[in-house]
Amino acid sequence: MTDNTMLEVRNIKRDYELPGGLFKPKKIIHAVKGVSFKLERGKTLAIVGESGCGKSTLARMLTFIDEPTGGELLIDNKIVDTRPGHLTQDMRQKVQIVFQNPYGSLNPRQKIGDVLGEPLAINTDMSAAERRDRASEMLTKVGLGPEHYNRYPHMFSGGQRQRIAIARALMMNPKLLVLDEPVSALDLSVQAQVLNLLADLQDEFNLTYVFISHDLSVVRYIADEVMVMYFGEAVEYGTRNEVFSDPKHDYTRTLFKATPKADIESIRARVEKKKAAAAA
Amino acid sequence: MALLQIDNLTVEFETATGWFRAVDGVSISVEKAEVLAIVGESGSGKSVAMLAVMGLLPWTAKITADRMLFEGRDIQNISPAERRKLIGKDIAMIFQEPVASLNPCFTVGFQIEEVLRIHLGLDAKARRARAIELFSQVGLPNPEERLNHFPHQMSGGQCQRVMIAIAIACNPKLLIADEPTTALDVTIQKQILDLIMALQAKNGMGLIMITHDMGVVAETADRVVVQYKGRKMEEADVLSLFENPKSNYTKALLAALPENATGDRLTTVSAFFEGNPEPAPGVSA
Repeated sequence: MTDNTMLEVRNIKRDYELPGGLFKPKKIIHAVKGVSFKLERGKTLAIVGESGCGKSTLARMLTFIDEPTGGELLIDNKIVDTRPGHLTQDMRQKVQIVFQNPYGSLNPRQKIGDVLGEPLAINTDMSAAERRDRASEMLTKVGLGPEHYNRYPHMFSGGQRQRIAIARALMMNPKLLVLDEPVSALDLSVQAQVLNLLADLQDEFNLTYVFISHDLSVVRYIADEVMVMYFGEAVEYGTRNEVFSDPKHDYTRTLFKATPKADIESIRARVEKKKAAAAA
Repeated sequence: MALLQIDNLTVEFETATGWFRAVDGVSISVEKAEVLAIVGESGSGKSVAMLAVMGLLPWTAKITADRMLFEGRDIQNISPAERRKLIGKDIAMIFQEPVASLNPCFTVGFQIEEVLRIHLGLDAKARRARAIELFSQVGLPNPEERLNHFPHQMSGGQCQRVMIAIAIACNPKLLIADEPTTALDVTIQKQILDLIMALQAKNGMGLIMITHDMGVVAETADRVVVQYKGRKMEEADVLSLFENPKSNYTKALLAALPENATGDRLTTVSAFFEGNPEPAPGVSA
């Protein structure tokens, strides 16, 4: 029996404590209230929800930026000890993250080559020349060129910067990539390019994606499985077809209803309704 | 007579490498009570064209146009004092970042009453009553209490509602909404769009909706202008634009929508241009 599970999360929780004041009692915010899921190698799980629903907190826990306050996290069928100081370097290399805003996540004073070489310099004992080769190679893989090696982030467009952020995440050959709204800051045409790039890279490296988004049309396109979060809880979890064809929870239905429809029938219906209202 | 008529508008900025043309010979007209959507990617000049109408561009910008008329009145060469009387009263604008466009140092009540004081000259009591009325019109709960709140005490959706309340305070004839929902969640986006459309229908405003989201266009517009690199690519009513796009660029944009994906890769705009000739300048429908 081969178990192909890349990532398993069991009842994971995260509470944030707000310190109280002289007359204000201490307050505990339950950002993530017990979420469980399993994700197979090479698949994409999309996490959907509005701002403040805990989806980014979940991403931070998956990438060991935040420590869960409860529950278990299994990567490659091994329980991860997430306590500070107990994380192995090996584990850290397996999981990488791409952030939402490519304008904020790159150091403006660092050349692109150094951005890509830094993970190697910290985690491996590669020589500078080797690091340089690896960085140039990765630049070509994400659709940029070796000529971009010595440029600074401000010399790139939003889509190119997101490619750089993806390249940086891939430098350590991770198995699991957490993408926190990677295309929501990008234009439609650039969004299509970055989504295609992600699909190409997934095929090439057999990557597993956790894709966080609030755009349902993107999710429908990229995801194998979908989880909908609402106030820290997973209210809906299933394969893409299950969730999109038969949403169980009220919030999921609200979400579908709120998504603008760009098909011709709904536009025609709207135009006719408006005409009728104008005539009346 | 059109509410707003712009003929052959060109906006240029001086850069180190010469003049950069952000808007290149664009003509736009909006009728009374009409919803016009201007679609384009960032850098297509859609916001700059509207900022030129509002007179909000820095003095370094070179604006030329054959005609810029609002209700038949020239707004290209009017004095700053005249313009201040017009802007905010008859032409109002909603910006993309609601939290950034409100002043963090003043309560939202002060900011909305300022508009009422300057443009309508209402006294303190009338101003307060009207502000409460406006806040309840845009669906803010507890309007009286809200007036004393600062922008940081409210969520993004609430701030956008305040912005809308300020914009419609003087019953403008033309409302320009510059990506009003880009910074908001889908569910909030729906509420804000519904609100803007309801106010537009009720007050009979002309509305220019600037956006890059084809979904927003489909949900709101009567007529659509597609812009690319400062040029107008296509102008059509909303149904024929989606049903039968004329310009290659519009076709490419529609093909890049994830919901129109065929196969396991998306058609990108540049890939689309490779198989098709680059659109000729100023292609019209």
